[in-house]
Amino acid sequence: MTRRPFATIALALAALSGTGLAQASDDYIVLASTTSTEASGLFGAIIPRFTEATGIEVRVVAVGTGQAFEIARRGDADSLLVHDTAGEERFVEEGYGTERADVMVNDFVIIGPGGDPAGISEAETVAEAMRLIAEVEAPFASRGDDSGTHRAEQRLWETAGVEPGGSWYRELGSGMGPTLNTAAAMDAYVMSDRATWVAFENPQDLTLLFEGDEALFNQYGSLLIDPERHPHLKHDLAEQWHRWLLSEEGQQAIADFTVNGQPLFFPNAHSD
Amino acid sequence: MPADANAFQTALALILGMDPVLLGIVALSVQVSLSAVLIAALLALPLGAALALWRFPGRGAIVVTLNALMGLPPVVAGLAVYLLLSRAGPLGPLGLLFTPTAMVIAQVILILPIIAALTRQQIEELHGEYRDQLRSLGVSRPRMMPTLLWDARFSLITVILAGFGRASAEVGAVMIVGGNIDGVTRVMTTAIVLETSKGNLPLALGLGLVLLGLVLLVNAAAHLVGETARRRLG
Repeated sequence: MTRRPFATIALALAALSGTGLAQASDDYIVLASTTSTEASGLFGAIIPRFTEATGIEVRVVAVGTGQAFEIARRGDADSLLVHDTAGEERFVEEGYGTERADVMVNDFVIIGPGGDPAGISEAETVAEAMRLIAEVEAPFASRGDDSGTHRAEQRLWETAGVEPGGSWYRELGSGMGPTLNTAAAMDAYVMSDRATWVAFENPQDLTLLFEGDEALFNQYGSLLIDPERHPHLKHDLAEQWHRWLLSEEGQQAIADFTVNGQPLFFPNAHSD
Repeated sequence: MPADANAFQTALALILGMDPVLLGIVALSVQVSLSAVLIAALLALPLGAALALWRFPGRGAIVVTLNALMGLPPVVAGLAVYLLLSRAGPLGPLGLLFTPTAMVIAQVILILPIIAALTRQQIEELHGEYRDQLRSLGVSRPRMMPTLLWDARFSLITVILAGFGRASAEVGAVMIVGGNIDGVTRVMTTAIVLETSKGNLPLALGLGLVLLGLVLLVNAAAHLVGETARRRLG
């Protein structure tokens, strides 16, 4: 009887080695993308339609745009869908990607405490809104993680002619959701992509204060990764995904996705 | 509405609902962490026992290193495994990144030092007690190893459970090497991180309670096995 625990372990070992950990099928691609697309539920809505049409499974690794580029550069993802047009173009120029295409847009919004101490809801442009926040030194929660949203936020400060810094400007180094959680807890202003904001369930006193400026336009691009640099990648499957995103079918799937009845991404692939 | 008030209801609803997605996540969590514990134990028990029984130059350094590695930050272990398994890394051609196997490897690295270091300590104490007896019987060190491991089995179960606790609770390593892919590498802890980032705090906390219950179950099972065996031995 004393040997039973070890017999149990041996049995468990045998069971584990037999099941599960093996790969199911080879018909899948790894897509490196951003947290905004995953957390808002977009992928959960459109990927099943792609899989149904092609039989290809898409495995999403949702990280910040900076990390997504790095994963793709190292050859760890078959496909890339991010929102940093300048970075995407550089990715192609450096020879990592062979093609980049516009897929869809959403926009950034400025969120803040309901009382709006900086009065940004009256601002005409987003640059003015950012200046107002800096002037009263109202707490501002920045992603600070080199993500597409963080890069966009830095460009906005530049346009506003403000060099953010000091105790009111808090770089959190986290994803969009955690940044919103923190901003809610400290009543800070924060810039978010609309998709994450609308799907976010812990707003507390935060409310949408500024939206609609063209400078807040957020372009998503899909990239094809250079097959010569990383021959092991599943280029054929990745290309099918890329083409599907740009196709009428894919664009319709994006347009059909809503949260609380609100469309969050607007397809804008150039048909050619 | 406060998240904590809702979490128990959410946890209960999750368990009673037997949601297939949740069951898949729970199964993967258990599978990954148990595999990691078994592999780590198979390597670490003999390693710890050997460190307790043999004296050789550099032994002190190994013991100190193992003890220090018990505090290895999971995210560092994850990053190291990521660089190792990345296509651009030395083991890239195996294509293991973003698979459950990668998660098992990262967790083995995390818990091997814990099991080895604590085993060394247990066996060393036991060896101190039995040394003269074993020596008078003329038992050689390689023969002592299984004897002492067997004799210490009840305390070693606790040691292995400590390893399992660490494996099932960590998120930093599996997030990086697994990628938190829905239906493929999403485990309890990475699901909790995802729900937190969505601001769905009741669900996140509910998942946390389910995970806690799971760890409790494994510990209770180990306890029962241990107690039964002890009683049979008299």
